[in-house]
Amino acid sequence: MRKRGKKRAAALVLMIMAAGILAGCAKQTDSGKDGTLTITNVSYDPTREFYQEYNKIFEDYYRDTYKNGITVVQSHGGSGGQARSVIEGAKADVVTLALAHDITMIEKSGLIDSGWIKEFEGNSSPYTSAIVFLVRKGNEKNIKDWSDLIKPGVEVITPDPKSSGGACWNFLAAWQYAKVSYQGDEEKMKAFVADLYKNVSVMDSGARGATTTFVEKGDVLIAWENEAINTVKEYPDQYEIITPSISILAEPSVAVVDENARKDGAEKASEEYLKYLYSDKAQRLIGEYGYRPSNKKILSEFSGKFDLNVNLCTIDDFGGWDAAYETFFADGGIFDEIYDN
Amino acid sequence: MKIKSKWILIGISGIFLFFMLVLPLISVIINSLKEGIGFYFQSLATPTVKSAFGVTVLAAVIAVVVNTIFGIAAAWLITRFSFKGKQILSAVIDIPFSISPVIAGLAFLMTFGRMGWAGGLIARLNEALGTNIQIVFSVPGVVLATVFVTFPFVSREIIPVLLSVGKEEEEAAALMGADGFTIFRKITFPHIRWALLYGVILCTARALGEFGAVHALSKTRGETFTLPLEIDALYLSNSSESITSAFAVSSILVLMAVAVLIIRNIAEHQAKKNEENH
Repeated sequence: MRKRGKKRAAALVLMIMAAGILAGCAKQTDSGKDGTLTITNVSYDPTREFYQEYNKIFEDYYRDTYKNGITVVQSHGGSGGQARSVIEGAKADVVTLALAHDITMIEKSGLIDSGWIKEFEGNSSPYTSAIVFLVRKGNEKNIKDWSDLIKPGVEVITPDPKSSGGACWNFLAAWQYAKVSYQGDEEKMKAFVADLYKNVSVMDSGARGATTTFVEKGDVLIAWENEAINTVKEYPDQYEIITPSISILAEPSVAVVDENARKDGAEKASEEYLKYLYSDKAQRLIGEYGYRPSNKKILSEFSGKFDLNVNLCTIDDFGGWDAAYETFFADGGIFDEIYDN
Repeated sequence: MKIKSKWILIGISGIFLFFMLVLPLISVIINSLKEGIGFYFQSLATPTVKSAFGVTVLAAVIAVVVNTIFGIAAAWLITRFSFKGKQILSAVIDIPFSISPVIAGLAFLMTFGRMGWAGGLIARLNEALGTNIQIVFSVPGVVLATVFVTFPFVSREIIPVLLSVGKEEEEAAALMGADGFTIFRKITFPHIRWALLYGVILCTARALGEFGAVHALSKTRGETFTLPLEIDALYLSNSSESITSAFAVSSILVLMAVAVLIIRNIAEHQAKKNEENH
């Protein structure tokens, strides 16, 4: 009896080890493509589907132009959190984040050369977006504008500005609305935004998490326009988009992580990867995925998709990202002030 | 009276187990088959799922091997020797039980990350050797995190058995001139083997399911993601198809867990028999 038990135990251990060795081998053959360059793109939350497609067309373009294969690996999460992990050493040859400030943080840690924002056209923003509301079909709570979000009983979903770039844009858009409504009376503006955040029932760490939360609960999701467009596309009978009277031109920024790219010998390829975002083909793909192409001509091709007449403020109205971040989102900033109360 | 309370207790635990455990797990399986059996297998065969499976199994196997060796050594040390700081050692082993896994992940990040105190050391080592060894945000980090969270399982299973058996047999063997390894092989191991297997199984189950610690150290899908992270990524893809895929991958983990459970029961049963034989 005892002998049989022993054998069985030994067989089990062997089986587990065999599985491990097999897995190890499988991994080796995976990475065994010789001569292929691999670059990593660390991006923010809602760009998952866009970059999946873009990487395909870029890989084809690169192979045709340079006669050399390239593979692009993706990483996604809340923009602030992603920037943090690049600073801590996550592999990243390029970053395509939700706002310039997150890239500035990486620059300050020494990984990105200063002046990156001028390296590509339009402040290194190959695409822009706006902030809109996503509500359930029929809009039962009759949500038309920011002022409707502070009504009692309205459940708002928006991510946490501490980790999500989209959430920072959401906050600033609300702030701009309050500024216009209360003619710059700061106390009233703070009270308005505080009321709005009192109605927030779930604060996810990234924009995508907020969208999946909204599928389950809540009356209104403050969202990237691209995220809203794609959600409506995915669930056409369940949601509709509401454009508020005032929104913000969200400019996601891109940059080569110079230090890492140099180490990987992928400087040229990384630069090419971001430059190709401005090509006509990529700009059209950008439009198809619900982002506003930076190329004006191609943007006009999508005039049916985007509300091009929406009243958009820009980050310059807040004195640029460094000033805005310091005032609103840094520890002890206005967001902490209203949220703690 | 006694019979009545027995049925009430059976009722309560039955209802509780059904709603808390069985029903959610069944809904995972049902959801995973929503798009048909073809889609189910298709979503298990994508490159990212395969890679996640490989990383998960690799991390689990290394964690089991490392923790088995460490666990036997530590249990042997704690039950057979007396030394200063024994209580402290015994308490330190249990840290992973009480600490949140995400803290473990962040601790490794703060140690081996670019900003951590050992980060510069690794960078210099890589420069000197011309290598490119990465710990955080790569597979070694995932393995470290998995080893950390599964640390106490093996030793905690063995220690009570070694304590209850006592050391008389071993001392007798030593008096007869047997060396340490022979004593272990012939006397100690037969006593602990079922407890050891039980510990290994618990360790495996925990390693397969770990999310928090690994999440802090693994950011690249298709390279360093484990199955739980892949499930999260699929779920966050926000299309109804990929959510079904998320459930399909989840069902694999559920099936693995059920398999582990069955093996666990066999081990427990054998351990009892083993005890009765004595």
